[in-house]
Amino acid sequence: MSIVFEKPHALSDVGFHYCPGCTHGIVHRLVAEVLDELKLEGEAVGIASVGCSVFSYNYFECDMVQAAHGRAPAVATGVKRANPDKVVFTYQGDGDLLAIGTAETIHAATRGENITVVFINNCIYGMTGGQMAPTSLVGQVTQTTPYGRKTETQGWPINGCELVSQLEGTALAQRVAVNNVKNIREAKAAIKKAFTYQTEKKGFTFVEVLSTCPTNWGLSPQESLKWMEENMMPQYPLGVYKDKGAKGDE
Amino acid sequence: MSEKVLMKGNEAIAEAAIRSGCKLFFGYPITPQTEVSAYMSKRMPQVDGLYLQAESEVAAINMVYGAAAAGARVMTSSSSPGISLKQEGLSYIAGADLPCVIINIVRGGPGLGGIQPAQSDYFQATKGGGHGDYNLVVLAPSTIQECVDLTYKAFDIADHYRVPVMIMGDGMLGQMMEPVSFPEHDDSVSFDKSWACDTTGMKRKKNIVNSLYINPDELETLVWERQKRYDLITENETRAESFFCDDADIVLVAYGTIARVAMNAVKKARAMGIKAGLIRPITLWPFPEQEIADIAKTAKSFLSVEMSTGQMVYDVKLAVNGKCPVEFYGRTGGVVPVPQEILDKIVEISKKL
Amino acid sequence: MQKEFIISGFGGQGILFIGKLLAYTGMKNDYQVSWLPSYGPEMRGGTASCNVIISDDAIGSPLVTEATEVIAMNGPSFVKFEKSVAKGGTLYYDSSLVQPTPTRDDINYVGVEATKLATEMGMGKLANMFLVGKVLKESKVFELDVVFEALKGLVPAKKPELYDLNKKAIEAGANL
Repeated sequence: MSIVFEKPHALSDVGFHYCPGCTHGIVHRLVAEVLDELKLEGEAVGIASVGCSVFSYNYFECDMVQAAHGRAPAVATGVKRANPDKVVFTYQGDGDLLAIGTAETIHAATRGENITVVFINNCIYGMTGGQMAPTSLVGQVTQTTPYGRKTETQGWPINGCELVSQLEGTALAQRVAVNNVKNIREAKAAIKKAFTYQTEKKGFTFVEVLSTCPTNWGLSPQESLKWMEENMMPQYPLGVYKDKGAKGDE
Repeated sequence: MSEKVLMKGNEAIAEAAIRSGCKLFFGYPITPQTEVSAYMSKRMPQVDGLYLQAESEVAAINMVYGAAAAGARVMTSSSSPGISLKQEGLSYIAGADLPCVIINIVRGGPGLGGIQPAQSDYFQATKGGGHGDYNLVVLAPSTIQECVDLTYKAFDIADHYRVPVMIMGDGMLGQMMEPVSFPEHDDSVSFDKSWACDTTGMKRKKNIVNSLYINPDELETLVWERQKRYDLITENETRAESFFCDDADIVLVAYGTIARVAMNAVKKARAMGIKAGLIRPITLWPFPEQEIADIAKTAKSFLSVEMSTGQMVYDVKLAVNGKCPVEFYGRTGGVVPVPQEILDKIVEISKKL
Repeated sequence: MQKEFIISGFGGQGILFIGKLLAYTGMKNDYQVSWLPSYGPEMRGGTASCNVIISDDAIGSPLVTEATEVIAMNGPSFVKFEKSVAKGGTLYYDSSLVQPTPTRDDINYVGVEATKLATEMGMGKLANMFLVGKVLKESKVFELDVVFEALKGLVPAKKPELYDLNKKAIEAGANL
């Protein structure tokens, strides 16, 4: 019997705890495939953050460090500075990266910290049960914005890629989505580019992945993909915001 | 043993850390410990080490967490308000069983407080300033030479027991200069770092550094196991020094620089014919309970002298365990007591005996 | 020996350096020494002071409250630390900057026109060393040669000429 499909080696043989239809699983797989293809599993240390992906230390086969809420880029800095030739990545959600951990994110970027940040943006706090995230859309109903996010009280969403792309230390800032096969392939290419740039010591690499949260959005997985396309993509346009490796962008 | 040099406490701690094999230092400026950072920024590049100024104390302690997780000898330094910010990281470091060294050059508080010497962070340091069942090992040098010796010791305790170790001084200790020499550091002792996240190289199973255990039974087991290590630390590492305690009626308990002021007062009391003695805890956690309990068998009164409104005095009371009265004398807010005021208190107590 | 100094003046007058020279000389001659500066905004704002203890025995409190010698290089320091001189101790001051208003009869007052004389000799920045010269001669804490030997260890390697200048200033002060 020939094998036509298998789990990436860098993904552990542990069942995910994610909800049905959640796109974390896809992104985990993409990161693991990239680690396999670039032969980085044995060279990598991953940093798990606080949020739905808190258990990601169980899912990747490389060494994993679990970080306090928002501190993953600082923890990654410590790991990286202790082992400058190894590959270090963080896997963070929107609350972790752009609320409580904004300072750590911005400063890791501006230092040109040679790490890769995989940023899952689903516009909501998932683990705690669906509260407003810094990336929640204007008007979005969450557990803590029952009347919709109002700019008068809660202000506007933060655009991560646009923000870090302004900083000299950022080598790559790209926003991708995992809503269809084409975009999933592009997402993988972006993650692969980020890790490649890290091995080339180009600087801070940042891949924002638009993701879904069917459970807390109160939608089916299929409806969630549609909601992402119709509501998130206008606020968070896909694309490359900075690429120091691209011609003319050095 | 190196030649004697005249050095500030802050600088001596930094140099001792480097000689202990500390290769990474993550700092953030705050008076009165900034010389640690300044010294590190100058010396680390000379020894292929790293000095990095973090964006906050919160980030600095989490960088320490990362470097410690990767198996490196690592240190950070701050003063009271900054140490408050580091409490989150300290709890995680303790919970993940990571070794590291934290310097706290204490200043007056609460809040922004002042910048002059204080000991008002005793509770925070010894009773677990962060959340959860954990302890820091807390070392309290009283001379610049002891800053060096205890810094050497701190890294070894940290690595041996996989615990965070705090060196707690005060602004006076950090800023003052005394002659100091740097003993040859014993690099022959090696520590098990097989748990470190320094990549698998595809040659071993992956390591996880973590403090999250959702299952209560699992968490309880781990917490109790850590507690057993704390018991070992208590058994092996508790340290105190005592002076004139054999026949003492009144026993002062003081640590750090104030122990020196108290010593002056004890000598003056002795000259007046009052049988005073002094116990100087060198480890604040574990606290030298047994040493105090032993002396409490013969002493008539204890006097805890602190630069706070009375924090260590509770530990003294627990150790004395009702065998005799425990009195307190303290100045706070950055005021350093002079020997005379302590002597006055000794005389006052002697009249009651 | 047990000598306890309070040295005080404006920032920039080399106050902390006087203390360092005394402490360093003590250390080089196997005494126990301590040097404790004032620090923080006070130092940045204008006044600088330090406490130095030189002793045969282990030093307890590094704080000096009863100084055998106070060196005051400005008026506020004279006023502030006059009461901190131990009975029979000496208050040295720069009489070109301090208008003395002595209030005690149990201590000695020694004024030296340090800044004026140093400036006349083209060494205005070394007034502190003039005063040190006088203090060394009167207090007999150290022989001059011993201090000069120690001075070698404190002069920055990049500015060796500072050794001769400082030595000259100390000698001039001692000969007043």
